[in-house]
Amino acid sequence: MKRSVFPNRWLPYLLVGPQVIITLVFFFWPAFESLRLSLYRASPFGDRLIYVGLTNFERLFRDDAYLRSVITSFVFSFVVTFAGLALALLLASMANARIRGLAVYRSLLLWPYGIAPAIAGIIWLFVFHPSYGILPWLLSFVTAYQFNWFLKGWVAMALIIVAAIWKQFGYNLAFYLAGLQAIESSVLEAASVDGAGPIRRFFAITFPLLSPVTFFLFTLNMTFSFFDTFGLVHAVTQGGPGDATSILVYRAWRDGFEGLQLGYSAAQSVVLMALVIMLTAFQFRFAEKKVTY
Amino acid sequence: MKALLARTVALLAVAVLVSPSAALARTDIQWWHAMTAVLGERINEIAAKFNASQNDYEVKAVYKGSYPDTLNAAIAAYRAKQPPHIVQVYEVGTQTMLSSGAVYPVFQLVKDHGVTIDWNDVIPPVKSYYASGGNLYSMAFNSSTPVLFYNKDLFKKAGLPDRAPTTWDEVEAAARKLVASGARCGFSAAWPSWTLMENMHALHDQPFADHANGFDGLATTLKINGPFGVKMMELLQRGAKEGWFTYNGRLNKAEANMGNGECGVFLSSSAYIGNLTRASEGKFTWATGPLPRMGGFPQGSSIIGGATLWVLKGAKPEEYRGVAQFFRYLASTENQAWWAGVTGYLPISNSAVKAMEASGHFQKNPQQRTAITQMQLGKVTPNSQGIRLGNFPSVRDAIEEQMENIFSGKKTAKQGLDDAVAKSSDILKEFAALYK
Repeated sequence: MKRSVFPNRWLPYLLVGPQVIITLVFFFWPAFESLRLSLYRASPFGDRLIYVGLTNFERLFRDDAYLRSVITSFVFSFVVTFAGLALALLLASMANARIRGLAVYRSLLLWPYGIAPAIAGIIWLFVFHPSYGILPWLLSFVTAYQFNWFLKGWVAMALIIVAAIWKQFGYNLAFYLAGLQAIESSVLEAASVDGAGPIRRFFAITFPLLSPVTFFLFTLNMTFSFFDTFGLVHAVTQGGPGDATSILVYRAWRDGFEGLQLGYSAAQSVVLMALVIMLTAFQFRFAEKKVTY
Repeated sequence: MKALLARTVALLAVAVLVSPSAALARTDIQWWHAMTAVLGERINEIAAKFNASQNDYEVKAVYKGSYPDTLNAAIAAYRAKQPPHIVQVYEVGTQTMLSSGAVYPVFQLVKDHGVTIDWNDVIPPVKSYYASGGNLYSMAFNSSTPVLFYNKDLFKKAGLPDRAPTTWDEVEAAARKLVASGARCGFSAAWPSWTLMENMHALHDQPFADHANGFDGLATTLKINGPFGVKMMELLQRGAKEGWFTYNGRLNKAEANMGNGECGVFLSSSAYIGNLTRASEGKFTWATGPLPRMGGFPQGSSIIGGATLWVLKGAKPEEYRGVAQFFRYLASTENQAWWAGVTGYLPISNSAVKAMEASGHFQKNPQQRTAITQMQLGKVTPNSQGIRLGNFPSVRDAIEEQMENIFSGKKTAKQGLDDAVAKSSDILKEFAALYK
């Protein structure tokens, strides 16, 4: 392969400059600040800053509730990611078929992505609400079970999972649709000629060919569900009942923003950051081997 | 030539006309607040009326989001050395503000600028909650206290007499009858920690935290796992199990259930009167009563919630002069009576209460009387003067988390409260360590 050489030595740096500066200012600098702050006990108005070493981290790992929160977060993120991707893939396959009014149908499916997580939470709150929600009302015809998420942890968890999946759904669907359309129809036709049915074709051809998209969406949904969901939790459950929906990012947000325990909250952000870096590295190390580009 | 001359004269005339108004430039005063909807409109009204009343200062009321949003915005602005002059901070932020070293105490500000506000006229529960060493560090503004609401229509349907239950035994009996007669929610409460824990302890003269609820020094541990707290939580746990108490979430989420006519007996802030009036219009009738009492415990007083106005350091002297003038305006009997009348918050001065009586306001709005009567009948003791905790928002979260575990039957009342105390101690000790 022939390498192109640009005559101007500075132009490339100038072109990547803005991106690098944005990354440094908006990502690296805050991340570094969190790291630094996590070693301090800091007052809200900034008049006291006491170096405490790893005390904030010690306080975290001493707390059973924090360890429970780690588990809650993983359950939440894995369910949101796996169920969300499976659903998006299923609907994308259907939307990929040649049917009348396809453009309208596709546009409608993309809508939820335009909605902020907190608003998505409120919408689902109306659906699930124990007294005026439509779902508990419909269920009351089938069962006497009280679906009150104010007191039943698993119902609350189901609620925020559904809302998060719904919120990410349009995004996932868009990528899967694009991926499906990039698959050469000749490959699928050849398989049909060889006698493979639709399900066989899907698993033997479509799914492997979609693996780069799946991998990308997997990483993205993981980070979304770990980092971007505090607005949703805050709008719907405030982490309750008890601490059933108190995921890591919500705890960090609440202790920092509402509780004004800045050092403690920074320590939580650092732990969260480390967890997600590990998870992403793990994905790239192992899962990516199964991806065919 | 003549035309040019005429034009020059005209220009000069304009310049002469314009310049005096430039000399009258007003000093801006930034007032950051967290009041939405009707309350936000009232705030703008106050600012506009003050601005129209004089020519030197222009109060600019700026809505900054929820209470935590507003406090965070003020903190960020203060750290960036661009603080607002006045910021509205909720009651749970009081200790944070007092310890911050960032405030210009209001009693001092007023004195420094030769303005007189009769602090002795401030009603005792408000003064005791916010004063430190007898002085108000922030300007009392919007204060409320919880009261009991009951749905008259549901009471009638259940065959109950048309009066508010006054004890917990009566609440339970009424709620049982209500549920038996088909009501979906016999009893419920908004702001769970504030109405059911903080206020119930104060009302029954029970300590909430050590160091006299944080008034004699920074509190380091809660005392809510004593016999009273356990009894209160056991009652509600049983209520949830037996179906006469419905838990409807944190913050004011439960107000949705009262507002749609589902709940028979309900506890929430007296400032909910305005919204409930609107929500119930043409659907059902309701009335208020004092908070229910539990037998066998002494009389204390209910405590307040809401917010006060804090003045931040870092502004110019002439701006502070304007703030002092504005506070004098706010504190006037006329303005206090107006504010309480249109919002349902407590009038914060005795003279405003008298003015409202005199104008017949309470005859027309008898429901607004309940909170004032309840406060006047209360006994201010070390346990009922208020609760002042560092990191109070986090402490409240810790308490409400365990209340949910108790109501759902996951933990016994004692176990849940012990856990809340342990978690809170951790949070309180952090705050104490920061300001030791």
